[in-house]
Amino acid sequence: MAALLLEYLPIVVFMALATILGLGFILAAAIVAPSNPDAEKVSAYECGFNAFDDARMKFDVRFYLVAILFIIFDLEVAFLFPWATSLMDMPKDVSIFAFWSMMVFLGVLTVGFVYEWKKGALEWE
Amino acid sequence: MMDVLVQQLFFAGAEVWLAVMAMVLLVVGAFVGNRATAAISYASVLVLAAAVAFIIGLNGHPRVSLFGGAISTDALANFGRIMVFVTAALAIVLGDRWMKRVGLQKFEYPVLMLLAALGMSVMVSANSLISLYLGIEMQSLALYVLAAFSRDNPKSSEAGLKYFVLGALSSGLLLYGISLIYGFTGQVGFAEIANALPTSSKVGVVFGLVFMLAGLAFKVSAAPFHMWTPDVYEGAPTPVVAFFSSAPKLAAMILTARVLTEGFALATPEWQQVLIVIAVLSMIFGSFGGLVQGNIKRLLAYSSIANMGFALVGLAAGTAAGVQSVLIYMVIYMLTSLGLFAGLLVTARQGRPLESFEDFAGLAKVRPGLALVMTLLLFSAAGIPPLAGFWGKFFVFKAALDAGLVWLAVIGVVLSVIAAFYYLKLIKVMWFDEGDRPVDGIAWDAGLVALAMALFVGPISWFVLPVLEPWALRAAAILF
Repeated sequence: MAALLLEYLPIVVFMALATILGLGFILAAAIVAPSNPDAEKVSAYECGFNAFDDARMKFDVRFYLVAILFIIFDLEVAFLFPWATSLMDMPKDVSIFAFWSMMVFLGVLTVGFVYEWKKGALEWE
Repeated sequence: MMDVLVQQLFFAGAEVWLAVMAMVLLVVGAFVGNRATAAISYASVLVLAAAVAFIIGLNGHPRVSLFGGAISTDALANFGRIMVFVTAALAIVLGDRWMKRVGLQKFEYPVLMLLAALGMSVMVSANSLISLYLGIEMQSLALYVLAAFSRDNPKSSEAGLKYFVLGALSSGLLLYGISLIYGFTGQVGFAEIANALPTSSKVGVVFGLVFMLAGLAFKVSAAPFHMWTPDVYEGAPTPVVAFFSSAPKLAAMILTARVLTEGFALATPEWQQVLIVIAVLSMIFGSFGGLVQGNIKRLLAYSSIANMGFALVGLAAGTAAGVQSVLIYMVIYMLTSLGLFAGLLVTARQGRPLESFEDFAGLAKVRPGLALVMTLLLFSAAGIPPLAGFWGKFFVFKAALDAGLVWLAVIGVVLSVIAAFYYLKLIKVMWFDEGDRPVDGIAWDAGLVALAMALFVGPISWFVLPVLEPWALRAAAILF
């Protein structure tokens, strides 16, 4: 039992460190930082919108274009991660094959990226 | 491992070539911009021609299974791919010139066409449920964008959005069916499913099969999953619609035939029932729905729904002769439909395309040549004897009769007579109605395509059919 619990020791250490550091920063901010609040500064916001407001309002469609373009690369990372962790555990010829398969995928993705870049989808203005 | 891979990539050469060239042309277009559109269009046509040449070179090669049974090259896949590539090339030529005239020229058009053709080529050679789905999605995503290609036109945007939302729904149905089939058989490959069927729960598999058929019926726009067709056909740019009504339907038909006969041969009585219901409903909706249309593109949408019904009659027979009849029917239908849509592109009135019955009133007086070409194509679509459309219907109904589906063939013949009404109505409007308002000049590219298709359904088909018939039989025979 003790041996089993001992395996979780790093987590306990991590939690303790996280608590101490987290509390430390909050306390330091409360004690050391200058405090000069105004209405604009303390209001909650997201992407330039008020958090609680009528949903039927004009918004800039470019936010969503950026979000959609971002999702592609988000998914790419989700796809790369299991590949990266298991690549070296395979027999050599399989891992070479797996390496080049992913390179082909990244190449296809790069073509799409070049296209969206040249079309100006990444320009804000 | 590497030499096996190289060999497999060689047999999938047409797909690899299309994918690589689509990306190369996309990058060229991204750097050079829309002034390269014409060059990219012609390059795309050459790319498709090279792919066709490669497949003709492979012709006669025995079936090769590739990538762990995901796809295979065989006579049926080669048949489908050649037809799809030829149609895509014609649609690129039609679309490029038309878009130049209406000021819509963008280099994405040929690239999207290449990607759609690639998706269809995966569809016709798919040998497992995974590649089936991937092929369908690949062609669908390209087609959604093409439907909304004229994006400043509200009708085109509506067409794209409707197609996308309903397409996503049908993909959901399809995936649900696939997951049930995988759950009950434990397999995704068609041949493996066929082996696992005797030991799997019949109810579960049939349940999944029905969902999958619903998804596939959506893709061929067969009733009761046809709701999107008239709106999409009306809103999307006409050259794109010419493509919609041809290659994707053939690819989905071949895919349906392959999955049903290779994967579910043991469940033939079950899927036969479903196909018979879908076929009868499509023929009824297509024939009666078309009677009340005023817009020719909507009319042709209903015509395509009815035509899918006739093709499904052949598939419902469940025999090699049935699949052969579907292939012949689909080729004739595809070329007739391309010709009719090209005919709509030939001329306009002060830049406004001819789209309603009134627009065609008295066309024979101002443009007798165009009226004659359209008349031939419409007679063929109605199934008037010496023309190709008659032989398509003949093979389909004969296959149904030989399989003992007498009453299905009778319903088909009766409904094809009803559908003939709207084709004849357009002919009557062109030749006998009053109206001699002038039309703009002739667009020769569309005119030549329409003329070629009219000649095909007429005299050329008498020489092509004796070649097409054994070729389609060879393609169909690999399923049985």
